[in-house]
Amino acid sequence: MTTDSLTAPPSNETSGSGKLIGATIVCLIVWFVVYWYLEPFSKWAVSLMPIARGSHLEEAASFFIYDTPKVLMLLALVVFGMGVVRSFFSPERTRAFLAGKREGLGNVAAASLGIVTPFCSCSAVPLFVGFVSSGVPLGVTFSFLIASPMINEVALGLLFALAGWKVALTYLAFGLAVAIIAGWTIGRLHLEGWLEQWVREVRSGSFDLPAGHLSAADRIHAGIEAMRDIFGRVWVWLIIGIAAGAFIHGYVPAEMLSGIMGANHWWSVPAAVLVGVPIYSNAAGIIPVVTALLGKGAALGTVLAFMMSVTALSAPEMIILRKVLTLRLIAVFVGVVTLGIIAVGYLFNALFT
Amino acid sequence: MKLVKILGPGCKRCVATADMVQAEANRLGLPVTIEKVTDYAAIAGYGVVSTPGIVIDGKVVHAGGLPKPEDIAKWLAAA
Repeated sequence: MTTDSLTAPPSNETSGSGKLIGATIVCLIVWFVVYWYLEPFSKWAVSLMPIARGSHLEEAASFFIYDTPKVLMLLALVVFGMGVVRSFFSPERTRAFLAGKREGLGNVAAASLGIVTPFCSCSAVPLFVGFVSSGVPLGVTFSFLIASPMINEVALGLLFALAGWKVALTYLAFGLAVAIIAGWTIGRLHLEGWLEQWVREVRSGSFDLPAGHLSAADRIHAGIEAMRDIFGRVWVWLIIGIAAGAFIHGYVPAEMLSGIMGANHWWSVPAAVLVGVPIYSNAAGIIPVVTALLGKGAALGTVLAFMMSVTALSAPEMIILRKVLTLRLIAVFVGVVTLGIIAVGYLFNALFT
Repeated sequence: MKLVKILGPGCKRCVATADMVQAEANRLGLPVTIEKVTDYAAIAGYGVVSTPGIVIDGKVVHAGGLPKPEDIAKWLAAA
């Protein structure tokens, strides 16, 4: 299908894209039918296994057999959807929109655009330099830079799949709040002088890309491309993560976990963040663990704070950013984001108990 | 002789993009010189925010993500 429409001569393009749209709709319908019958089917499959009913092993096995296909399917759908949405945005357009925006509202816009603008971590430096040199305020740039890795489509899709839409929306609100608050704070501190010398001297050029109009078929291709890319990178992590989640689900006693990660200890949020900052994991690997923790009574704010600190602050990203930021500015960045995560963690524990 | 600059810090996609441009130029029988631009200040100077970017004879034709082969052919033929 993909190669067909890529190599088709221009005269066939309309019928080719019509076919592609039709195929996409059929795939979506099949998806919903399969998803609908997944739970009865997996129950039946587990009942065929020679496992004692109600045992720890049965709990773990049914979690694994039901959740693996369910998670993979929901992830595929969400990543595809995000791929299509992202084809409407580009970092160049986002920059043009943010240039000259005032702080405050600019931080909110930057954090929101950080979610939908496609951007790979190897572009972090050109993006940062491009933003700052074309008049996007430093704090607004940081809001974008914080939101982009922290609120990621894989995490959002998995949370939606495993913990429900309420938790997924909470995660979204949590991430936006941290990105807005941390970016705004950095802007207030007026640290432009702490950028590396050369960054302050760059004068950014601008260019017009010829006719960036994409057809519906192009956008579907973008979605399929995103799906292939993400699955190629995360499927191993995902299965390891689900296995770890299945273990926690079946074997770790709930009293122990809720005792440590419950909302009744004031120190649990900072402790979770301190543990999370040095850990760097793929969102796909950490979320099945996160949902299993939630199922055992860990507090939502604490668990999300842990997860955010794992995904938002990573050593590889800091090393890349060192090229544009002085060490002092990196320290401020890490400090402000850590404090922001802790603050929002407390807030959510207070709101949801 | 066309001068094609590939803008990018040397990530996997930038290398892949350079290879694609070379392959497409070979297929079309067009002589090209491919130059990799890895300096961040130079990349920003072109206004490119997302890498890899492609510059043909001083003009930015692409920014962000792997290009499509047929687009490369179009840019090489047009410029």
